[in-house]
Amino acid sequence: MVASHPDVGADGHDSLLDRLDTLTIVPRRAVVARWVPGVVLAGLAAWLVVTVARSPNLDWGVVGDYLFAEPVLRGVGVTLVLTAATMVSGLLIGGVLALMRQSRNPVAIAVGAAYVWFFRGTPLLVQLVFWFNLALLFPRLGVGLPGTGLGWTAETNHVITPFVAALCGLALHEAAYMAEIIRGGFLAVPQGQIDAALTIGMTRGRAVRRIAVPQAVQVILPPLGNQFILILKGTSMVSVIGGGDLLTRSQQIYGMNYQVIALLMVASIWYLVLVSISSVGQYFLERVVRGQAEGGLLRRVVRNAFGGRR
Amino acid sequence: MSARGSLVLRGIRKSFAGTEVLRGIDLEVAPGEVVCLLGPSGSGKSTLLRCVNHLERVDAGFVLVDGILVGYEPRGGRLHESSEKDTARLRRRMGMVFQHFNLFTHLSALDNVMLGPVRVLGRDAADAERDARALLARVGLKDHAGKRPGRLSGGQQQRVAIARALAMDPSVLLFDEPTSALDPELVGEVLAVMRDLAGQGMTMVVVTHEIGFAQEVADTAVFMDGGVIVESGPARRVLSSPSSARTAEFLAHVL
Repeated sequence: MVASHPDVGADGHDSLLDRLDTLTIVPRRAVVARWVPGVVLAGLAAWLVVTVARSPNLDWGVVGDYLFAEPVLRGVGVTLVLTAATMVSGLLIGGVLALMRQSRNPVAIAVGAAYVWFFRGTPLLVQLVFWFNLALLFPRLGVGLPGTGLGWTAETNHVITPFVAALCGLALHEAAYMAEIIRGGFLAVPQGQIDAALTIGMTRGRAVRRIAVPQAVQVILPPLGNQFILILKGTSMVSVIGGGDLLTRSQQIYGMNYQVIALLMVASIWYLVLVSISSVGQYFLERVVRGQAEGGLLRRVVRNAFGGRR
Repeated sequence: MSARGSLVLRGIRKSFAGTEVLRGIDLEVAPGEVVCLLGPSGSGKSTLLRCVNHLERVDAGFVLVDGILVGYEPRGGRLHESSEKDTARLRRRMGMVFQHFNLFTHLSALDNVMLGPVRVLGRDAADAERDARALLARVGLKDHAGKRPGRLSGGQQQRVAIARALAMDPSVLLFDEPTSALDPELVGEVLAVMRDLAGQGMTMVVVTHEIGFAQEVADTAVFMDGGVIVESGPARRVLSSPSSARTAEFLAHVL
């Protein structure tokens, strides 16, 4: 059987073994298997782009006209403010909720769990519409001492503007997700790390701040970046209550000039740009927190807040 | 008895979920004494160490280090439970070395050693760094100061952990199976550091399965089983001619 192979002569294996070093290795090339699907896919993608781009119903001139129009830019601003405010308040409330669920107080654990259950269990859209219509439940809002008449009250509809309703809905909904992300980050820190911190004389609070938090941040950051992008796009939902964001503005414009697709294109371009910038930011932030990046202001801030030295 | 480096345990009892793990432990360790705790897994050795420095609360009994009661303050004829701050302060007198090292993974070897002196003792960073580098040199890791734990071998990590414990200038060092998680060829370098410490008069309580180390370095061997001390005495005597049949059976299995 072996002898019938063309490369192995009558003298068997030895002659082939002797010549192996002199032979060139030719890698196997999957030419057809790689190129055919590639060409087909590229063709389909090109066809799709060209079809949309050259559609007579999509006026690129209009897209260009509105891309930097003042109302659109204001919408971008509102979207950014809503995203940042939601992120910050979501993190703060979520952090408190995570602490409650990690505590030894059964009431705090139950309240924290109930919050997450409710605000993660109902759709964001429903919560936004609810906050917008809060006046139907409480016509007046106020703070004061019950029964004394002292204090301050106001018409709910004056306090809960569409923007405030949007912020309440987004932040309270987001806090439930943040709570779970933060809790997961702290669960990922082994108990041994806290034990070791206690044995060098740290109190529990200091051990959490100096040891658990910086390690948890490394775990929390990737899902947090994901969450930021979800919030950024999720703000478009406030358009149902006229929140004044990018999508609201685009809808208001196409409501007047009927250039629906062109203005959705404008909105999509802005969302893509914003998400792309956040992705780049996330990449660098993760590198800094893992300590892979050199020097830099942010690294020093992070180190001074949580690090070992200085 | 109240000299620096003394440790006294009286009637220590501890249960987990209804199972009594420690059933009345009495032990006295003199300054500079090296005690090896031996016994089968589940006999309560590690729990005892964690009770000594109050990582676990005891159900009954008392711990005195340097003659000071751990976890309680005698005041007006009663024992008041200490504040967390006071317990933390007292814990500094007892360094601990863990089976799985438990180095702070986000900090370099140097920062691991410096963290306690700077953040807990409030020492000047430059002074603390000089001392930390000296400690790292003492455990043979002069050139590894800047590395994170993930880039060190198990033996190197455990030596950093010993340096971290020493940086707090403890009266007593507690070792919880310090070589059990190491590859066989790395055990020697950690035991060598521990042998040096014992030679320099450090009071040490060592939970270990290294009978050879116990024979060579320990003054006292304590054999535990089922949450009680079965036998204790001079290490050479207990390890070579144990008086309890249970100790003899255990040693026959380990050796």
